[in-house]
Amino acid sequence: MTAPADQLTGAATELLGWYEQMAVIRGTEKAAQDLFLAGLVKGTTHLAAGQEAVAVGVSAALRADDYVFATYRGHHHAIARGASPEACLAELMSRATGLCKAKGGSMHLTKADAGMLGSYAIVGSHLPMAVGAAWSATLRGTDQVAVAFFGDGATNIGAFHEALNLAAVWRLPVVFVCENNLYMEYTPIASVTAVPNPAADRAPAYRLPAELIDGNDVVVVRDAAARAVDRARTGGGPTVVEARTYRHFGHSRTDPGTYRPAEEVREWLARDPLAVARDRLSRLGVPDDVVSTVDGRVAELVAAAVSAAKAAPPADPAEALTDVWADGGAQWRT
Amino acid sequence: MADVTATGGTITYREAVAEGIAREMRRDPTVVCLGEDIGAAEGVFKTTVGLFKEFGPRRVWDTPISEQAIVGAAMGAAMTGIRPVAEIMFSDFLACCWDYLANEIPKVRYMTGGQVTVPLVVRTANGGGLGFGAQHSQAVENWALAVPGLKVVAPSTPADVIGLMAASIRSDDPVVFFEHKGLFASKGPAAPEGHVVPLGAAAVVRPGADVTLVALASTVPVALRAAETVAAEGIDAEVVDLRCLVPLDMHTVLDSVGRTSRLVIVEENPYQGGWGATVASIVADEGFESLDAPVRRVAAACVPLPFADSLEQVVLPTADKVAAEVRRLAAY
Repeated sequence: MTAPADQLTGAATELLGWYEQMAVIRGTEKAAQDLFLAGLVKGTTHLAAGQEAVAVGVSAALRADDYVFATYRGHHHAIARGASPEACLAELMSRATGLCKAKGGSMHLTKADAGMLGSYAIVGSHLPMAVGAAWSATLRGTDQVAVAFFGDGATNIGAFHEALNLAAVWRLPVVFVCENNLYMEYTPIASVTAVPNPAADRAPAYRLPAELIDGNDVVVVRDAAARAVDRARTGGGPTVVEARTYRHFGHSRTDPGTYRPAEEVREWLARDPLAVARDRLSRLGVPDDVVSTVDGRVAELVAAAVSAAKAAPPADPAEALTDVWADGGAQWRT
Repeated sequence: MADVTATGGTITYREAVAEGIAREMRRDPTVVCLGEDIGAAEGVFKTTVGLFKEFGPRRVWDTPISEQAIVGAAMGAAMTGIRPVAEIMFSDFLACCWDYLANEIPKVRYMTGGQVTVPLVVRTANGGGLGFGAQHSQAVENWALAVPGLKVVAPSTPADVIGLMAASIRSDDPVVFFEHKGLFASKGPAAPEGHVVPLGAAAVVRPGADVTLVALASTVPVALRAAETVAAEGIDAEVVDLRCLVPLDMHTVLDSVGRTSRLVIVEENPYQGGWGATVASIVADEGFESLDAPVRRVAAACVPLPFADSLEQVVLPTADKVAAEVRRLAAY
């Protein structure tokens, strides 16, 4: 059963929107990889290709005034909260038009005016920050919710445990979303963690509810996030969501990921979140040509973003000595 | 809080901490305190006495022993409309949450291209002289000085505690506020209502013509005692209380050295990497023509703080040590 684009059900239209967001992230990540190989991106990148459904599914459950804190693998979270591919790629390419004026780089994409309050590259550090943003919401009497996205590796660092405990004790509106991509950098997370599910299995110790979900199915992620966000917003306190997923690239740009068994890689690539979403769209009666139209639109958008970022001026050297203090300057002495 | 009228217009440094916080909490409902034992227990140093009673559990929050959660949560709250005042009980414990003071709080504004602001205060009891041993006695103000992006405040008098607390809490920048344990019992004139001491304004607390003593927090009274000692010998020492390490008021220091031509820096943190090295380097660079003698630094010895009083006195700056250096310079 198929239907013309203008006759899609609400569910199909919604899913098509999430599919498009995931495709934009995938396209941007591939462009970042290509630009890196072309020598236009310096430093390092930690690409999120393969993990798009977590960002898009959770964002779909959030309001515009909610808060998001992410990690150095955070391009997908910035884009899912409204950062443009052009601003993200310009940041990676050290352009003046970059999302953070080329002062942050790949690991620190931030879009504060959309509640995306940063990407942090010290593992686990941002979980207490998300707890603080949730605490702030309760102090100010709003019903905002804060989300911390983190990797499986973060579950073995102290800040994770301090954050879960304080959030539980103060019953704060925070959702802890673990993107378990099975590898702590190069090492299988299972080989360095005392429990099989690194985030979900820790939640009971803090009397927090946990959900272990398929992180490659955007509908599953959105539904779990909606339950957790609703619990947070209505005074039910924190939830731990552990989304199992898989990265398509290595840990960072120098890592070919050869430590991962070929069979495992094949299985997970077959469960690419874009393919899972396309399969769902098909079952909802969305014709292939409608999906192809979206794919074409995304390809054009990403290509235009790449062109614009390439054409943008380099970072202004004067910017190096600004933005330390709230007055915009860097003066530390008289 | 201190009942200023009942104490005849004097107040202890300890009372001034609570008074300074209370004044800001009264004028700004977004000022909220968090820390270990600060609420009903009123602080292990009794520096939050009266706050829980006046403002209640929605403004004064007891936390677990969880320094990363305390400072990390303060950061997240500061980014979203609250002005948190976080207490880290002993400054030695800053090491437990140093990631937030070295990597997160001072960098987030810069690395986001100015997208976020972090108006918070981390208060902490600093320094030695009370026999608390190596892990509860260090003067660590130089740790904070080593990090671009933190403002660093260390008052020496009760009135300055109140005035600098006001400026710190009102600051849109993150402030590390060092309260000196050895000064908690000291008394001084109470500060009038509305008293604010701007960050980065040093005070000449004793004018003099022959030698400049630059001091901070606990070393201000040490320098003043040394100045009295050498005054009896005909040496007229000027004492500058820096009050803050960031912003660092080098204008006042260079002006003083321009008049006295001699400089002794008195600091409680270890000589190795101590803040006096930064002051000395700037004077060597920008005040070289003024100097008639080498710059001397009287700092803590480069060892962990020992327990016994007699051993602590060997390690820490004392008025006798300062006076000896002043005499050496005066002889040039």
